Amino acid sequence: MPESPFSNAPVLAAERVSKSFGNVPVLFSVSFDIWPGEVHALIGENGAGKSTLMKILSGFHPATSGTIRLDGVVVELPPDGLAEALGIVLIHQELNLAEQMTVEENIFLGRELSQNGFLNRSEMAERVRAMLAEVGLDLSPHTRIADLSIAQKQMVEIVKAMSRNARVLIMDEPTAVLTEAETELFFKQVRRLKDRGTAIIFVSHKLHEVSEIADRVTILRDGQWIATKPTGEFTLDTMAQMMVGRELSDFYPPMNEADFDAEVVLKVRDFATKSVRDISFDLRKGEVLGFSGLIGSGRTDLFEAICGLQERIAGSVSLFGSDVNFKSVDQARDAGIVYLTKDRKEKGLLVEQGMGPNLTLLALPKFTHHFMLDGASELRALQRGIRRFDIRTRDPNIRVSQMSGGNQQKLLLAKVMEADPKIVIIDEPTRGIDVGTKQQIYHFIAALAAEGMSVVVISSEMPEIIGICHRVFVMRSGRITGELTGNAISENEIVRFAAGLNEERANV
Amino acid sequence: MSETVTTQTASNRLPAIDFKTLGPAIALLLLCIIGFSLNPAFVSEGNLTNLLTRSAFIGIIAVGATFVITAGGIDLSVGSMAAVIAGVMIIIMNNAVGSFGTGIATVLIGCGCSIILGIGAGWINGFLTTKGKIEAFIVTLGTMGIYRSLVTYFADGGTLSLDFGIRTTYRPVYYDSFFGLPIPVWVFIVVAIAGWILLNRTAFGRYCTAIGSNEAVAKYSAIKVDRIKTWTYVIQGLCVALATIIYVPRLGSASSSTGVLWELEAIAAVIIGGTVLKGGYGRIGGTILGALILTTIGNILNFTDMISNYLNGTMQGLIIIVAVWLQRGEWGRRRNSKS
Repeated sequence: MPESPFSNAPVLAAERVSKSFGNVPVLFSVSFDIWPGEVHALIGENGAGKSTLMKILSGFHPATSGTIRLDGVVVELPPDGLAEALGIVLIHQELNLAEQMTVEENIFLGRELSQNGFLNRSEMAERVRAMLAEVGLDLSPHTRIADLSIAQKQMVEIVKAMSRNARVLIMDEPTAVLTEAETELFFKQVRRLKDRGTAIIFVSHKLHEVSEIADRVTILRDGQWIATKPTGEFTLDTMAQMMVGRELSDFYPPMNEADFDAEVVLKVRDFATKSVRDISFDLRKGEVLGFSGLIGSGRTDLFEAICGLQERIAGSVSLFGSDVNFKSVDQARDAGIVYLTKDRKEKGLLVEQGMGPNLTLLALPKFTHHFMLDGASELRALQRGIRRFDIRTRDPNIRVSQMSGGNQQKLLLAKVMEADPKIVIIDEPTRGIDVGTKQQIYHFIAALAAEGMSVVVISSEMPEIIGICHRVFVMRSGRITGELTGNAISENEIVRFAAGLNEERANV
Repeated sequence: MSETVTTQTASNRLPAIDFKTLGPAIALLLLCIIGFSLNPAFVSEGNLTNLLTRSAFIGIIAVGATFVITAGGIDLSVGSMAAVIAGVMIIIMNNAVGSFGTGIATVLIGCGCSIILGIGAGWINGFLTTKGKIEAFIVTLGTMGIYRSLVTYFADGGTLSLDFGIRTTYRPVYYDSFFGLPIPVWVFIVVAIAGWILLNRTAFGRYCTAIGSNEAVAKYSAIKVDRIKTWTYVIQGLCVALATIIYVPRLGSASSSTGVLWELEAIAAVIIGGTVLKGGYGRIGGTILGALILTTIGNILNFTDMISNYLNGTMQGLIIIVAVWLQRGEWGRRRNSKS
């Protein structure tokens, strides 16, 4: 038990909590506690159950079994953020501020001070000014949120939490979107809060930050508790090992021998956008090339820019030997390169429509004849897509929103394939889908590569990158920090590159 | 087990679909029955052709509005646009009398100008919303005010009247019939069929629906979002121009009160017809029924003393609210969840 100058009991504790969504268990009997004045880091891969645990600790999800103790007393946390009244505040990764309102208005939102029925604005502004000064944030209470930097918004969220007398502050990847300087500033505030006795649960993928700020570290893997120890007892390498440590099985398709003499189909040199720079790589025919790294490391921006969805600032792209600079998706599509988004419901599929219109949307010119849509050939394409990608639905007229995530992903894959691409970029191919469908998707990808298509897989799930890719690039903060080939592709190496530990060794 | 589930879903969904597509038709049928029971003269040939002719203006404009709304936009400027086009048309034709006489040539010049103005005005709306990145509501609210004041200015606060000679030449476009149907009705039919084909049978229509459903998905699916959206406003402008061409010979004049509230009637016709206001789902057939429903309400009120004719707007307003409430399917969902 850690020593705490503030209390002799943990302020918040979870004892053997489990959680299932429907029949899918995501958290298995995990115990976790946090003391006043402690920074407790929670780490693990995507899907390890960190978010679920955080949501249980803040009352957003009820636990399926197990107990929650607040100040040693068993409690049932109220849902929908009402646990704030008990002093437990969850700061979501996507911040929860009203963009068009001022700092003062946001901090007092929902509990405005009033006098005789009118807002007491001067009193509120005075209090906010004092709070901002306390955390060392040089801002006017009257600044609009929209005019703040992301780091400042984050600080406003924290001030807002403090103004509600938060005793436990749960932060989901607060530093993911911060620059290093901003992170330093942020850590200064965290230490002040800690000195005041606030308990802070901190989720991060950045291991060196964890070792810098946390007192204790808890590691989760596949919904299981792996370890909780004082930070000093971990090295960055042992943290990475314990996060991943798992054997691969025949879950993944047999990999074709990589042909290093195959024709280079895509050659990118010194490429830069507003969020990535100095990117150079080659993609060969029939190759499955992985792009790993943390969320926000610039992988999506890079490939969206190559496919004409974002602006290129510098560098060159050569496709089948000729220089290209696509300004829109249709140019990229016609040149044989397509991007399959990770954001299935927002950018990939029209969820209120049926399967047919979705399937043919990207390649619609192929289905027109004298300006008229060819309904018969659209129908044939649908039957072909359903068969080829094993899309399972009760009713062929079902709306996409009613389909399972796995079937949606298969439909998205089928949609992209209708454009007959020679290069396909698949961003997070298995996000939010069940294990069985995952395996099918891996086999589809392997089959496409075997047919001579070149596939780029962007994924934050390291096992799948290792399981299906011939070669892997790791990105960090908008740059490629490492390249791994064949047997050198291991979770340890990827984590080291992604966390910036191997930076000096990277000379790509 | 799975079979039961399938049949259950089917039987739950069938009436909902039927209502959505047939709802406006049933409503129109009910209105006709009410009209007939109030006064059998309602179904006289004269009244029916009159009703169809009156529907043509709003109907043609509403076909254009269906495209704009399906693609997630809105055009508030159509009424003012019709007025300013009518005004400019009259000025041009009056001035052309000197060089081209009062024959068909002058009328054709007027019609040509109308088409060019309509397309131009629509393009301006589209350009400002897409390239200017201003909300369609704001852009068309602005152009609505501009066009309205322009026609007032051209008419110097009064009325612009068409030269009497041209009026005789132009008159048949509104008043003559062809195979028993007035010419405006033929124009309405042609526009409706063309609109239906464009929306339901071409890639353009599919793109409009996709953009209205989700603009990001459309962009990621290689659709030129800005270009398609601009085209919807151009189509809207073209429809306004066609409606104006058949409207001008009716009165032979234009003033600041020409086309007042047409934008609301057009949008109402579209929404009553089942098109979704926030975009993503459009029905040309429904729009045409919507336009007929709105005109029929006014027509029935003319036939009866029970409700004052001045309450026409009230009846239309009620119908719009009820139609949208029914389409939201709130009552249908509640019934389904109970069963």
